[in-house]
Amino acid sequence: MFELFDAVLAARLQFAFTIAFHIIFPALSIGLASYLMVLQGLWLKTGKDIYRRAWRYWVKIFAVIFGMGVVSGIVMSYQIGTNWSVFSDKTGPILGPLMGYEVLTAFFLEAGFLGVMLFGSNRVSRRLHFMATIMVAVGTMISGFWILSVNSWMQTPAGYTINDVGQFIATDWWQVVFNPSFPYRFVHMMLAAYLTTAFLVGGVSAWHLLKDKTNSAAKLMFSMSMWMALLVAPIQIIAGDFHGLNTLKHQPMKIAAMEGNFESQNGAPLILFGWPDVKNKVVHGKIAVPKLASLILTHDVDGHLPGLDAFPEEDWPNVPLVFWSFRIMVAIGFAMFLVGLWSALMRLRKKLYDAKWLHRAAVLMAPSGSIAILAGWITTEVGRQPYTVYGLLRTADSVSPLDAPAVNASLLAFVLVYFLVFGSGIYYLLKLFKRTPSLNERDIKTGQPRRAAGITPIQGLADKINDDSKEGK
Amino acid sequence: MDYVLIWAGLMAFAVFAYVVLDGFDLGIGLLFPFIKQPDDKSNAMNSIAPFWDGNETWLVLGGGGLYATFPLAFAIIMPALYAPLIVMLLALIFRGVAFEFRWRAETKAGIKRWDLGFTLGSFFAAFSQGVALGALVQGIQVTERTYVGGWWDWLTPFSLVTGFAVVIGYALLGATWLIYKTEGLLQRFCQHTAWKLTWALGVMIATVSIWMLFKQDPYMKRWFDYPNYLYLLPVPVLVAVLGTYLLRALNKGYELAPFLSVIALFALSYFGLCISFYPNIVPPNISIWQAASPDSSLKFLLVGASILIPVIIAYTAYSYWVFRGKVNSEDQYH
Repeated sequence: MFELFDAVLAARLQFAFTIAFHIIFPALSIGLASYLMVLQGLWLKTGKDIYRRAWRYWVKIFAVIFGMGVVSGIVMSYQIGTNWSVFSDKTGPILGPLMGYEVLTAFFLEAGFLGVMLFGSNRVSRRLHFMATIMVAVGTMISGFWILSVNSWMQTPAGYTINDVGQFIATDWWQVVFNPSFPYRFVHMMLAAYLTTAFLVGGVSAWHLLKDKTNSAAKLMFSMSMWMALLVAPIQIIAGDFHGLNTLKHQPMKIAAMEGNFESQNGAPLILFGWPDVKNKVVHGKIAVPKLASLILTHDVDGHLPGLDAFPEEDWPNVPLVFWSFRIMVAIGFAMFLVGLWSALMRLRKKLYDAKWLHRAAVLMAPSGSIAILAGWITTEVGRQPYTVYGLLRTADSVSPLDAPAVNASLLAFVLVYFLVFGSGIYYLLKLFKRTPSLNERDIKTGQPRRAAGITPIQGLADKINDDSKEGK
Repeated sequence: MDYVLIWAGLMAFAVFAYVVLDGFDLGIGLLFPFIKQPDDKSNAMNSIAPFWDGNETWLVLGGGGLYATFPLAFAIIMPALYAPLIVMLLALIFRGVAFEFRWRAETKAGIKRWDLGFTLGSFFAAFSQGVALGALVQGIQVTERTYVGGWWDWLTPFSLVTGFAVVIGYALLGATWLIYKTEGLLQRFCQHTAWKLTWALGVMIATVSIWMLFKQDPYMKRWFDYPNYLYLLPVPVLVAVLGTYLLRALNKGYELAPFLSVIALFALSYFGLCISFYPNIVPPNISIWQAASPDSSLKFLLVGASILIPVIIAYTAYSYWVFRGKVNSEDQYH
């Protein structure tokens, strides 16, 4: 059973599997850390308790997600070496320092202040506590900066030369870090993280609004998330378009696969749906809009688009996978845009909290960001194949000198452990989402009256005692 | 300036920082099943909850730093130690999520499950790190730039012994940390346990130190060629002195001294290892200069590291200072 896949395929599957699980968590950490920072800032500024309640609600969720991101991330940093040792040897001098900077500028910052953020509210002043949250949020962004620079360099290598033992070495670090696809990928991914979080918050709060539309904390969260949907989704569509133009310039073969464009042509149609048949080099049952692909990608109805026929077939990525994952991502992006518009309409009519169908749609869309992120990454990473460093180092030449049984066995172990551990994690997250915001179910369970200190005249103090005793354990 | 030597020193520091910092929190996981009272269990875990993530970041710096500064060593060691490293990564997952999941599980059985995951995760992480150390010490087969051994080469009686040595060492670090951070019954339990573990660790240090000398000729030469043994004689002597002091500090009921003494013991043992390895990074054949990245990479990362590492140490120290004193059940958000 341990020879199921050959060593290269098993290593690829393992990386794909572990990184797909991983990316869900940091994407939400990036968004949630910023959301918590905003909530805490608003609380400090206005003194309104509702912001602190919302903060408390999401910080527990954040802690679970962050923890899963940390442990699944450590796997990634070692897996490069265990399964891709030749890649490590060759790219270490260039990509290693970027990852080193990620650890030094981001991971330590997040981890160092996470403790104060989660556990320190009784030990430091409010301002210092807020600063800790800011540091964690900034850390998640810096982390995104470096790791996307690393990924982008693999897609569009720049600023390098190759030394006599076959290693890539830097000639210009600025060009390495700010390689041609990096700015686009960074913006696209950060916006994706924010949208993913916005739709998660929106979905959870909509679910609570469906049960009780007067819940003030749920109203606050829903309103904030729908503002994000309205404002960020269109920006994301524009950013995605720019990213696509950049890909056409540097990785035209990937664009051809994304578009299902087998033949080079002027005035290429935009294929909406269909099934790419690589063997016969046609797209079956396609629904296409004439000339639209050329218009989008070259801003000219008769613009020339290279098709897959412009490239040797042994260099093609898996066309159906790239084609379909791309469509899933785009479809979700537009659905997000529509939900944003719908919410604006309801807001104008002052029905944002009564619009049951909008709330239902938002609940349905809660995991949409995560799915879009996975689909988008499949598009860009499968589209990078058959290379690890685009055009320079083939995936088949990057793997460790390991026997297939070793890699298959570890693949199996990762699959089992991830489903068990992260499956439990997701179950606990769902339970956390189920708690009604601003009331805490735990005090009911332990039999404490909800307003144990309600007779004290100082409501603020009463709230604090309540909150602390309720959320203490 | 020899950037390679500077980076070898910095990487050695990062690995040592990891061993000490994650060592004591993995040690708590090892002691966990022996702590019986539910409150004591919570206190033990809360004493490390604000720190474990930062502690583990040193492991990422170790891996990422090796990839950056000694990519050839990274490319050889990782596949050579394949199984122990995969086990370590999986074990760290169980250990890490237990910090959150144990508070989310609402049934007693659920809490027990994650407590078990916490302990087994800590054990296998510690054990596989020790095995990896032993496998590295006994040497790795390399041809040109590639590991050429099999995927079970790491498994020898020696590497199993180093595995247990690290488990005992981490448990002792954890026990002395809890002496410092807790009071009452739990503290007393840890004092008794630490006393026994000190003896066990002493036996382990002696066994591994002597056995190791017979693993590779250069180790024997390093320690016993004239005049080396004159300079190096203080190392085993200091280990013995520190061990004796540690036992005394435990008997006297000192709170911080035992923890610091164990760190010093680790430092001495680690120094002994580094002395034996030098100038190799992958014994027996790959030196730090052969494995190093070109100077352009070493310089680029050093600029940042020389500023950032002191800053990291400063805010890490700040975080420890915020949570100073005995562990306190009020510092929770769960």
